[in-house]
Amino acid sequence: MSIAPPVPIQTTTRTLLEFSNLAMTFPDGTIALSGVDLTVRAGEFVTVVGPSGCGKSTLLRIASGLEKASEGTVDIATQRIGYVFQDATLLPWRDVQANVELLAELQWDTKRVRSQKARAAIDLVGLAGFEKHLPKQLSGGMKMRASLARSLTLEPELFLFDEPFGALDEITRERLNDELLSLFAAQQFAGLFITHSVSEAVYLSTRVIVMSGRPGHIVDEFEVPFGMPRDPDIRFTAEFASLVGDVSHALREGHRL
Amino acid sequence: MTRVGLVPRLRRSWPSILVFTALIGIWYFISYVLLAEKERFLMRPPHEVAQKLLDPAVAGAIAEALWSSAVVALTGLLIAIVIGMVWAIAMSQARWIERSLFPYAVVLQCIPILALVPLIGFWFGYDFPARVIVCVMIALFPVVSNTLFGLQSVDRGQRELFQLQGATRWIVLSKLELPTALPAIFAGMRISAGLSVVGAIVGDFFFRRGSPGLGSLISNYQSRVQGAELFAAIIVASLFGVAIFILFGWLGKRVVGSWYDFNS
Repeated sequence: MSIAPPVPIQTTTRTLLEFSNLAMTFPDGTIALSGVDLTVRAGEFVTVVGPSGCGKSTLLRIASGLEKASEGTVDIATQRIGYVFQDATLLPWRDVQANVELLAELQWDTKRVRSQKARAAIDLVGLAGFEKHLPKQLSGGMKMRASLARSLTLEPELFLFDEPFGALDEITRERLNDELLSLFAAQQFAGLFITHSVSEAVYLSTRVIVMSGRPGHIVDEFEVPFGMPRDPDIRFTAEFASLVGDVSHALREGHRL
Repeated sequence: MTRVGLVPRLRRSWPSILVFTALIGIWYFISYVLLAEKERFLMRPPHEVAQKLLDPAVAGAIAEALWSSAVVALTGLLIAIVIGMVWAIAMSQARWIERSLFPYAVVLQCIPILALVPLIGFWFGYDFPARVIVCVMIALFPVVSNTLFGLQSVDRGQRELFQLQGATRWIVLSKLELPTALPAIFAGMRISAGLSVVGAIVGDFFFRRGSPGLGSLISNYQSRVQGAELFAAIIVASLFGVAIFILFGWLGKRVVGSWYDFNS
């Protein structure tokens, strides 16, 4: 069904995450996922799109270990996993610096090491100069940047994103998409990104997975032929529009089933 | 925190000043118009009460009683805060602990402490320890319930953030739950502070042993029909309650005010 020919981007074969025949049934009997096979390799940025309630967030929660799948196997080849939540989940009593240091602190890094890590991460997300600001003094986009920086301190090999930009306005969202792409190019992590925005999915990823709900399963998969780094203007090309159209179509087809 | 100048502060508080003036007016009206000359001892006019407050003999007695009650109230409050927080933290650690202990916090809140005061005197004597126990019992519940509520109000995402790093219970408690709970804890402490003053006066009112506090003093003035002195003591007791309430409001603002909108 997929039309785009697979274009190898950086075909390192190392598999970081592999779900096979994954199923998830909640205690109340709701079947959230069924028969999901999904692989994320190093160098890949995989995005899962699907309607709300199709179990795509559950996928991430299983990958991170927050939930246990009821069936199937999960293979994770790395300890260094970053997780970015839907909300920035910053601690309101800590300033940006201390918030970004948190994960390193929980890993028992020394004060010097974690402050160095935090400073580097803050620079990467463009928050330099805001170290002493409290979360309530930051805009939604800046909070998300701080949250990203916090995960970056783990130097993740696998980065899980649970609709991180869903609550942001369009302009901020596009800017953060661009910055996430350049981080991806620079930091060499593999990404698994959940979203319900098709254009965000196509723009960010090397592969788009389309899910459908009740129970959540994969209905289609698209390789994204655009190379990295990506020019923001590809969003206005016919090729981009046509791929977005295809994904949207698959999404709608899957939803109808 | 911004400092508010005197003029805007006055402008903002003029309604309460107006009410105060009106109350004084009503007070005078009752003293001089409603009460006949020989009934006036029931409600001495404000200036006589003020004179008593300035009279060294009366003021000295009240100050001494205030000191004694303040020591009782603050000791009781401190113990209530410690017990209350430990109690709440224990309950926050496991559902079964909460289920077994929370009902008793509620029972404690529902017991009319006044009914227990004679029993407390019976068991613990009528001196300092008994008075402190009365204080603790009255002041405990708001600390317990507010601390528990605060500890349980941690955002799920933040909790999972800690969970993903394999944080221990102790780390989650000290770095996430307790800081999250601080605003609620301070709100609870402020309520308890007011209640501990009530406890100190009630205990003293009943026991009337040891160094006399505001309760004994009020009780003495009442039995000697010293209306003006009685009013003076009541006013000082009220001001003490207000002061301790403000103190804890200020403390809360100092501690969490930078990141939490703690209204004082």
